[in-house]
Amino acid sequence: MKKLLLGLTAALVFSGANAADYKIDTKGAHASINFKIQHLGYSWLTGRFNDFSGTFSYDENNPGASDIRVSIDTASVDTNHAERDKHLRGDDFLDVEKYPEAKFVSTDIKTMADGNMKVMGDFTLHGVTKPITIEAKKIGEGEDPWGGYRAGFSGTTKLALKDFGIDYDLGPASQHVMLSLHIEGVKQ
Amino acid sequence: MKAPLRWNLNIIVIHWLSAFVVIGMFASGLWMVDLTYYSDWYKTAPHWHKSVGLLLAAVTLLRVSVRVGSSRPPEHGATWEIWLGRLGHLALYGLLFTLFASGYLISTADGRGIEIFNWVTVPGAGAFIEQQEDIAGEVHFYVAWSLIILASLHALAAFKHHFFNHDQTLKQMLGFTSSKN
Repeated sequence: MKKLLLGLTAALVFSGANAADYKIDTKGAHASINFKIQHLGYSWLTGRFNDFSGTFSYDENNPGASDIRVSIDTASVDTNHAERDKHLRGDDFLDVEKYPEAKFVSTDIKTMADGNMKVMGDFTLHGVTKPITIEAKKIGEGEDPWGGYRAGFSGTTKLALKDFGIDYDLGPASQHVMLSLHIEGVKQ
Repeated sequence: MKAPLRWNLNIIVIHWLSAFVVIGMFASGLWMVDLTYYSDWYKTAPHWHKSVGLLLAAVTLLRVSVRVGSSRPPEHGATWEIWLGRLGHLALYGLLFTLFASGYLISTADGRGIEIFNWVTVPGAGAFIEQQEDIAGEVHFYVAWSLIILASLHALAAFKHHFFNHDQTLKQMLGFTSSKN
């Protein structure tokens, strides 16, 4: 029993010492959550969420032990068109009065042979929580010129709007939205 | 100056035109926000709604200047009725201008202008407050309902004058008044 406790403590200390905690640099806007969806099947319509926050822990030597959580202010949706954004915030789409937050909480992270990662987790949008997988990769990490330490990733995932209870008909080519995350974290 | 027997013809024409347009705009506004993306009207209805709204705003400004610059026919009823009527009319004007302003502020929150039937573009002034399009949208909705309710009371009051009091109130706005009274 003592040995086990000792081992557990050691494991905690060990992992704590190696997996660093990062805060996503939304303050300096070195992070963005963008999306695109087909318009009629003829082109891509892109937009982003301006307000979000999040943290992640990452250990280069043990990426599987990493985790990430991101919280998105759905009302901050921005497609560079006020009338459309108003529509997107309304109950045909995001219904931001009822569902002001969307969030992602990772459950498992797998590193592939090619170094890319599969970040599995629960995504909550429009009040519906579903498991999703984000195809991600590390862009880089290291010291910044101002005394800090940063690590950055980007990832993409594809969501079916209907899975999250958003069923306004934008046409057959526009059933899915591609979400792309570019995040840079500052080590805490 | 002696009060005229009936309203100035310009006022009469603008009044009935406004009544017609306000009812149409209320109905089209409620209808168009629920259009499906593939509806033929999805783009046209809001475009016409905005065009007609801005034209009505211009006409209403003209109306106020005509109204201020001309004298009105006599008012009928008890003193409290006359004052209530004046208050109601002021409120109708207030609601109209709030409606015009809030509608404008929805569509121009990103600095885009509003095209009036592809003739002329009214420039956008951008956002004055955060989430302007959402707040202006709420205001536009509730003010539109307030206007249509108050306008209905206004019509009921006119019928009351006509059918119960048998006075000239409605006839003065229809343009035909009998010389007696």
